[in-house]
Amino acid sequence: MAILNARDEQAVRTQFQQLDDPVKLVVFSQSLAAADLCVENEQLVREVAGLSDRISVEVLNLAIDRDRAEAYGVDQVPAVVVEGARDYGIRFYGVPTGYEFSNLIDAIIVASTGEPALTDETKASLAALAGPVDIKVFSTPT
Amino acid sequence: MRLAQHMAVASDRVRATAIEATEFPDLSRAYRVMAVPKVVINDRVQFEGALPEREFLAAVLEAAGADATP
Repeated sequence: MAILNARDEQAVRTQFQQLDDPVKLVVFSQSLAAADLCVENEQLVREVAGLSDRISVEVLNLAIDRDRAEAYGVDQVPAVVVEGARDYGIRFYGVPTGYEFSNLIDAIIVASTGEPALTDETKASLAALAGPVDIKVFSTPT
Repeated sequence: MRLAQHMAVASDRVRATAIEATEFPDLSRAYRVMAVPKVVINDRVQFEGALPEREFLAAVLEAAGADATP
């Protein structure tokens, strides 16, 4: 059974008209850990990717594809890496439903356009950062 | 997550990770997540709730500055 209903699909298709560069969604799963959630995550990501020909999906196994996981800095499942023209460092841990679903769609769009919706002041401050900044955002689906 | 992911696209230095708190109870415990959204930057600066862009940036700069301190 599909996770997205027809209305969700139509809304996302409309948003995806903004897509520019191709986006790759790299999904990490592992059958021995959180198997049901990994299956749900893969299905959701495939349904989203099916709504635009600009989006591709690659499914990796955390236990087998260790080099790739390490390169992406992924150590939990289910996980999704949102990659645009380059890897911008956007990761989703857990099935992105509810509140996180709209963030996933927004992440795909901004990774595709490469044009963050931030003020010039914010962009200038970020451009001057001397060291790495790791932002974790904890949320729940509702 | 919206501001965080836009900042990640704006700067090579910034990484943004969304974590579904109920699916990762160990992480949520480790970061003492009592309310969501909860934002943790460089494991040092943290806040709960959504902040406007200017305040979010201030938290990012505070965390980055803390890292630069010997």
